[in-house]
Amino acid sequence: MIPAPYDYHRPASVAEAVALLASLGDEVRPIAGGHSLIPMMKLRLTQPSHLVDIGRLEELKGIREETGAVVIGAGVSQHEMIASELLAARLPILRETALLIADPQVRYCGTLGGNVANGDPGNDMPAVMQCLDATYLLAGPDGASREVPARAFYEAAYATALHPGELLTAVRIPVPPAGHGWAYEKLKRKVGDYATAAAAVLLTLEGGKVASASAALTNLADTPIWAEAAGRALVGTAADEAAAKRAAEIARGLVSPGADARGPAEYRTYVAGVVVARAIARARSRAGAA
Amino acid sequence: MATRPVTLTVNGRSVIAEVEDRTLLVHLLREHLGLTGTHIGCETSHCGACTVDLDGRSVKSCTLFAVQAEGAEILTVEGLAAPDGTLHALQEGFSAMHGLQCGFCTPGMLVRAYRLLQENPDPSEEEIRRGISGNLCRCTGYQNIVKAIRWAAATLQGRELAEAAE
Repeated sequence: MIPAPYDYHRPASVAEAVALLASLGDEVRPIAGGHSLIPMMKLRLTQPSHLVDIGRLEELKGIREETGAVVIGAGVSQHEMIASELLAARLPILRETALLIADPQVRYCGTLGGNVANGDPGNDMPAVMQCLDATYLLAGPDGASREVPARAFYEAAYATALHPGELLTAVRIPVPPAGHGWAYEKLKRKVGDYATAAAAVLLTLEGGKVASASAALTNLADTPIWAEAAGRALVGTAADEAAAKRAAEIARGLVSPGADARGPAEYRTYVAGVVVARAIARARSRAGAA
Repeated sequence: MATRPVTLTVNGRSVIAEVEDRTLLVHLLREHLGLTGTHIGCETSHCGACTVDLDGRSVKSCTLFAVQAEGAEILTVEGLAAPDGTLHALQEGFSAMHGLQCGFCTPGMLVRAYRLLQENPDPSEEEIRRGISGNLCRCTGYQNIVKAIRWAAATLQGRELAEAAE
């Protein structure tokens, strides 16, 4: 399968990249790892006229800690996130999630920026970023920049708050308190599959009761879903089986999955609750006293 | 169609190939360089038959434009054996443990296992299975592939794997 012809550009900086993205018309796409884009181009589901290769831009690499937050460059690969000691210490949910994405070869190439900016409802990181209340840093032409919360970024399948000519350059994630519990629970048929249903849960405990909780869902609608009400329902409970069941029921009311090879909508709605309850149980078991 | 030169180091040899922007790395390797050991399997980034080592990463060469690899150092299955033809321990292991039947997936398995052992010289069976989860085999049921990689790891560690092939 050979993609349609296109013109390749390799800018030397983010500024040059956004200038190209803004000037090359409608049929221009940035490419980093390319593991969403190239398969689509091979199937000719998309035929960009220009690709702007941002895969080597040092400005998009690196994981650093700021006051109360971790900032991950858009060009950091899933493999690099898995190997990061900083992330293992501060945001262990990212390693757990990255290990459930595709396979080792794909994870060497696939980037965080691509995973969150593509707008594919099957991608795993968007829901995790909503769960964590991350912020996306966007660069535009002529030095413009703005920030969009992950919870406000996704509009529909493949439609996001990114304007034409803008590039997602980094993700800033508030560091959850030490001792927080976390889990990303993904039901999938095999390695490399998108989720039949998946849930990210983050919670903190105080005196055996949930002090704060957040939950988000993958591949259960056109966009990731921040299940705000499900998280709120956990607060003040012991996150025991009964509380998890109630949160799962709330989550089921928020989803609208399509029917596909992974099962009919009724089944996927049902397992949405199952993965939420499992994620809560696992997050609960990992949470220590604050 | 316009082309541009791509400079690479492939199996220790410096090469320049004239390719279109849309040329995939696997086609550069197979058609421009004649290195047909790297196989094209599914063409949809799933099967891993086209796996090569690129700057210390295992990548699926059907899902990478050749132009993206400009300046890269690449190892294909042809580069695994020593220049005098002495097979790599992995190749010996696949032979000793019957790690192949039809052999189509083997180049990708070997090159992927090479990187796995570089990163983790003494992997558990579980780590091997996870490590090759991006490579599909439709013949063996994987048992002997896993054993072949364990055989190679043991050999490279100076041990002997006292098990027979299934």
